[in-house]
Amino acid sequence: MFIKEYFKDIYSAIRSLLVGMRRTGYYFTHHKEIITQQYPDNRLELNLPERFRGEVVMTHDEANEHACTGCSACELACPNGTIKIINKFDISPEGKKKKAIDTFVYHLELCTMCGLCVEACPTDAIKMANTFEHSVYTRGQLTKQLNKPDSKLRAGVE
Amino acid sequence: MFSLESITTLVQDWLNKTFPPNLALFFEFVIIGVLAIALFAGLGLVLVIMERKVAAWIQIRLGPNRVGPKGMFQSLADTVKLIMKEGLTPDGADKFLFNLAPYIVMMVAMLVLAPIGFAKGFHIWDINIGVLYVSAISSVSVIGILMAGWASNNKYSLLGAMRSGAQMVSYELSVGLSVLSIIVLTGSLGLNDIVLSQQDGWWIFKGHIPAIISFVIFIIAVTAETNRAPFDLAEAESELTAGFHTEYSGMKFALFFLAEYINIFIVCAIGATLFLGGWMPFHIGHWEAFNHVMDYIPSFLWFFGKTFFLIFLIMWFRWTFPRLRVDQLLNLEWKYLLPISMFNLILMTLVSIKGWHF
Repeated sequence: MFIKEYFKDIYSAIRSLLVGMRRTGYYFTHHKEIITQQYPDNRLELNLPERFRGEVVMTHDEANEHACTGCSACELACPNGTIKIINKFDISPEGKKKKAIDTFVYHLELCTMCGLCVEACPTDAIKMANTFEHSVYTRGQLTKQLNKPDSKLRAGVE
Repeated sequence: MFSLESITTLVQDWLNKTFPPNLALFFEFVIIGVLAIALFAGLGLVLVIMERKVAAWIQIRLGPNRVGPKGMFQSLADTVKLIMKEGLTPDGADKFLFNLAPYIVMMVAMLVLAPIGFAKGFHIWDINIGVLYVSAISSVSVIGILMAGWASNNKYSLLGAMRSGAQMVSYELSVGLSVLSIIVLTGSLGLNDIVLSQQDGWWIFKGHIPAIISFVIFIIAVTAETNRAPFDLAEAESELTAGFHTEYSGMKFALFFLAEYINIFIVCAIGATLFLGGWMPFHIGHWEAFNHVMDYIPSFLWFFGKTFFLIFLIMWFRWTFPRLRVDQLLNLEWKYLLPISMFNLILMTLVSIKGWHF
């Protein structure tokens, strides 16, 4: 019984090692399909994956409208306090007070690009952009306002 | 036909004619020393770039591609950088042993080079106990590693050196036993005799299954003995930063690095000599015409081709397999490799006595 287990171990070990070596051998012999990019050389025609997480941006349409209701779910979701939502109260034509976003403050220097804020957003107002060249000369430039000036909430988004 | 043997005899005859015998011998020593150092430097450059390229290709990358055509001069640039760097000796270290250790490791690598036949009639020292000499000398390198680890006065270094010691001492057994199985077939310890005994076929083909088993064990055990991944517990960069050479920098680090690659070359050369016929061209039994065609390829090309094939195999292991734990490492040796190679040796002796090999 023990002997049988022993040889079964050896057989399965050698087999699994050979499977691994076949995989890497396949990669070695199929050198054309490289997965890395020659970054500074191909800067103009970068081909980044769809889910690459660069920085957080807020999407605006042509009418300068966004979908952010100012619910601050992203602020709560953020693990290191990158996002700060400052709200204001709009007066609707009927005379009712309505909560709306004043400033969406985004501290890029604190952001770890985890994407939890994007997952937390109930209205898909923010997303991760594909940009990654974030170097600037002063730290202040890293604190960004994501909602564009004079933008307002898209009609129908609650 | 071009052969290195004619060049060596030419040089020797000229030296003996021109100088008195003692001086001629001295000049031969100098020439051999220069050639050995040149071979080491060349091998270091070639193997480092080869390793990085193989690693890159296996991981679907391009690898170094900036210095020279396709990055081929990268290792040259690295060498220049290492020469420029300061060789720092830590304050708490044992200065003498710390500085001595890399040279011991390097010297061992140089000494083991002596009995290897690089081509037909082209070897430094054809002793009749070549295999014994190699296995005796190569175990001295563990002293260099322990010395480096102890003298560094660093916990990581000491742990790395201790692991390396345990590993090298235990894996030497299965290297020895798998080598012995070929010795049983040839009946000689001289590396040149072993090569000549493979005139009508290499031992890996002639020796049936026992030869293949001992070849596999040999390759596994020498991978462990040279501290290469998946057995690189001695340096295990994620656990011990760099193991026994954590504190070394500049040229002293480069010597350890070079010695690692030289050791790989040497064990692969020994493996090629024992199992794949050394410089002996690919011969099949009594097919005279075929054997004659194979003889036209120079013997040093055969030797380096086989050696680099084995080196590639070991590099392939490194970039495929994950690192073992210490207990797994020792289990593999004492519970699997050693009993199997002992049994295999008995089987091989039976094959040899009964004359079942070709």
